Amino acid sequence: MIRLVLPAALLATGFALAADIPANERRSGFDFMSSSTQQMQRDDTLNPAMLWVAEGEAQWSEAPAAAAKSCASCHGDAVGSMRGVAARYPAFDERRQKPVDLQQRINLCRETHQQQPALAAESRPLLGLAAYIGLQSRGLPVSPPQDARLQPARSRGAALFNTAMGQLNFSCAQCHNDNWGHRLAGSPIPQAHPTGYPIYRLEWQGMGSLQRRLRNCMTGVRAEPLPYGADELVELELYLNSRAAGMTVETPAVRP
Amino acid sequence: MAALLSSATAQPLVKYVVTGDAIPDSLTGSPGDAARGRAIVTNRQKGLCLLCHTGPFAEERFQGDLAPSLAGAGSRWTEGQLRLRIVDSRRVTPSTIMPSYYRIDGLTRVGAAWRDRPVLSAAEIEDVVAFLKTLRE
Ligand code: HEC
Ligand code: HEC
Repeated sequence: MIRLVLPAALLATGFALAADIPANERRSGFDFMSSSTQQMQRDDTLNPAMLWVAEGEAQWSEAPAAAAKSCASCHGDAVGSMRGVAARYPAFDERRQKPVDLQQRINLCRETHQQQPALAAESRPLLGLAAYIGLQSRGLPVSPPQDARLQPARSRGAALFNTAMGQLNFSCAQCHNDNWGHRLAGSPIPQAHPTGYPIYRLEWQGMGSLQRRLRNCMTGVRAEPLPYGADELVELELYLNSRAAGMTVETPAVRP
Repeated sequence: MAALLSSATAQPLVKYVVTGDAIPDSLTGSPGDAARGRAIVTNRQKGLCLLCHTGPFAEERFQGDLAPSLAGAGSRWTEGQLRLRIVDSRRVTPSTIMPSYYRIDGLTRVGAAWRDRPVLSAAEIEDVVAFLKTLRE
């Protein structure tokens, strides 16, 4: 099983290309959607995710409590300061000494710099901030950091991607590397590139994070989904991001 | 080649004998019911077959295309061959994506609702086999 771990050299470059799907065959989930759903994503006036973005933009410059600072009071205008940030997350956090994803980063700022309780996973304000920050990377290439400290976690993510799980005993790779483009019942199987998160998903009739998507896929194979915030989910995110290195950030995307 | 399979876990599975690429004997000792089998095959929460397979089910929209059509399966395979392919397809083709419907060992992270039970019961497998045998063309 050569695909268990990505070659270290590829991972170290930060331009790790997918080991299994050749770089020139990589395609965003966008390419597998109907033209009407694509149109919904392309046009900001039709894209329901822009509602969350607008709320996130408002929160950016609001103080969360009387004595607390707003995001803007430390980071200024997000249009400049947050450009490219979402494209490189998950990243290594010094304080925790482990990788954190963008939503965990937002909550670390809330706790340490704003003295506020963490926002709940999948809550509207957390998705709004993540979508607003994500928008500042739209059109930029996915750029995983060249940080050797991320490598063990990324390799664990790669291993998990290739581990069969659940009562139906599938690995992520069996669907997303070996069978992408085929139809699972009515749905085309995409390649699992995390280029558009958080997304507005028609099936959810709402916004959701990449972790929500990963938990859905785990439930689909009748596996016990990893809890929100679990290190293993961040490791999977890290691996998926390196697998998608160089692809274009679409946040906030629409998916069926 | 004959092998016995049993499991030490909570709900023991019925033991069965594999001969060649088939399980010749019914898991329950009696034949299944083809009408019930059809209902299982077309049920997306139960049989899950149409997630991957197409078949002669004009009323069913959204059939998968990950696997060969089930049409004609009953003339391509004997009853015993069909039984092994449902019970433990990976035993026939180790790399196949077709789930093993009657197996509870060697699995990882199985969800609480599904733990220690096979995807289909022995009786349900017999129903599916009986139905597949009717798919002659
Ligand atoms: C049995 C098939 C199957 C397995 C196994 C599976 N997925 Fe998926 N995955 C899908 C399908 C189908 C979709 C498209 C959404 C839908 O319609 O449900 C999807 C969507 C995704 C997406 C979203 C892509 C986008 O464009 O937004 C990601 C990321 C993903 N999967 C990752 C994973 C990971 C990680 C695993 C393992 C933990 C996994 N998947 C296991 C079938 C699968
Ligand atoms: C996740 C995918 C998947 C599911 C679900 C699935 N199968 Fe399959 N099945 C396959 C694939 C792929 C093959 C092709 C042979 C192989 O890979 O070993 C196959 C082969 C077969 C064959 C032999 C086909 C032939 O005529 O050559 C039969 C019969 C069969 N499946 C019946 C079923 C039934 C009945 C169910 C549901 C109870 C089912 N399958 C569920 C993927 C699946």
